[in-house]
Amino acid sequence: MDTAFYATQLIPALNRGLVMSIKLIIPSGLVGLGLGIVIGTLRTFGHPVIRKAANGYAMIFRGTPLLVQLFLLYFGLPNLGIYLDAYTAAVIGFILCSSAYHSEYIRGGLLSIKKGQILAAQSMGFSTFKTMVNIILPQAVRRALPGCGNEIIYLIKYSSLAYIITCIELTGEGKIIATRTFRYTEVFLVIGFYYLVLVTMATFLLQKIEEKLKIPGFGKA
Amino acid sequence: MTESKEPVLRVDNICKILGGKKILRSVSFSLQRGELKVLIGPSGAGKSTLLQCINFLIPPDKGHVWLEGTEIQSRRKRDLYAFRQQVGMIFQDFNLFDHLNALENVAISLRKVKKMNRQAARDRAVAELERVGLGDKLGLFPAELSGGQKQRVSIARALAMDPKIMLLDEPTSALDPELIGEVLSVIRDLARGGMTMVLATHQIGFTRTLADEVLFMENGSIIERGLPEELLSPNSGTRSRDFCSRLDELYAENE
Repeated sequence: MDTAFYATQLIPALNRGLVMSIKLIIPSGLVGLGLGIVIGTLRTFGHPVIRKAANGYAMIFRGTPLLVQLFLLYFGLPNLGIYLDAYTAAVIGFILCSSAYHSEYIRGGLLSIKKGQILAAQSMGFSTFKTMVNIILPQAVRRALPGCGNEIIYLIKYSSLAYIITCIELTGEGKIIATRTFRYTEVFLVIGFYYLVLVTMATFLLQKIEEKLKIPGFGKA
Repeated sequence: MTESKEPVLRVDNICKILGGKKILRSVSFSLQRGELKVLIGPSGAGKSTLLQCINFLIPPDKGHVWLEGTEIQSRRKRDLYAFRQQVGMIFQDFNLFDHLNALENVAISLRKVKKMNRQAARDRAVAELERVGLGDKLGLFPAELSGGQKQRVSIARALAMDPKIMLLDEPTSALDPELIGEVLSVIRDLARGGMTMVLATHQIGFTRTLADEVLFMENGSIIERGLPEELLSPNSGTRSRDFCSRLDELYAENE
């Protein structure tokens, strides 16, 4: 085995790429989830006009390929005088796309909460906003968590699309080396392993969060 | 009119159409301080809708509601929220907040609506739960409580807001027979303590002993009203009496 190739070329490059991947994934994951909660709530309980707009948002970002969205953000927006660097364009693209998917999981969670709790909260003088934030969303998010976790795991993998708009992350760094050395098999096996580790860690973390938020009566006893 | 004669709650000409069907046809009544009025009548008579129209959980199509002489402007959100804080509501199926334990179920509205600090809200919540006999169940979640306990938590939750009146929508109808007593005894204590209440129920015995006035509803109207001993006495010949004796037979069969 050519250890020098791994030690001096591949691993340092992939580690560099890994750092960039993490820089892409963490803000996209957090903001994407937050935005998804907002969009999902508006799609379920919003004013009819807002509801239509939020549904349209979900339709567009779930209905078109992420790659198309990234190209439009990075290469299309300059036509309107908006110039984003590759990293920003990628993060924005990931946030928009993942929030559209999160919104659907959140909507499912919201629909599972009995309407009576809304009545009970309102009967004590809770405003609609306070009812959502304090009573309904804490339950809906718990119910939506497995689905949202799924989306975050998916995000870890589709973050590789960033390299196509020149934001060189894990896959991008590997691709450069593979092209130069023609060692596609080795390089992509190692990249695959990196993603597997990332996803395993994310799964573990999500499980911990689920356990921490567990309440009698929600999920399995 | 002297102030003591002024009703705490006055409801006038409430009308509501839901799904093309007239659910409430011009319902009016008023409530003096400390009074317990009991709504009886067959299912579908409009009892629940009436109670929910009073605090605008269901906005009435027509009609007016006064609390202590002030008409409620339900379109003004701030007024509406302030009004609802003064009107406690108890639901047939409890509607506890499933993600909060008993203590937090009571404390959350104190913190979020009444803006009390965490400690004050907690102290008050503990006191209210002790009052309904649940001082040892503070940390339990709704899924861990029996139906009767859940309903008592919901009563504690409403009482913590210091309501001027309470609306109780069949508070024992979803309970197993052996659990009804514990909830009724809490309501009885409230009535004796002078709480002003409107209670929709099928508990005729309870009505006989505690109601100041019985309102019999059918097809969206109050068709009979009067003292329980008048309306429900065996030879009164009223529609209410007829309804109650049929309920009595039903319960006799079950026993």
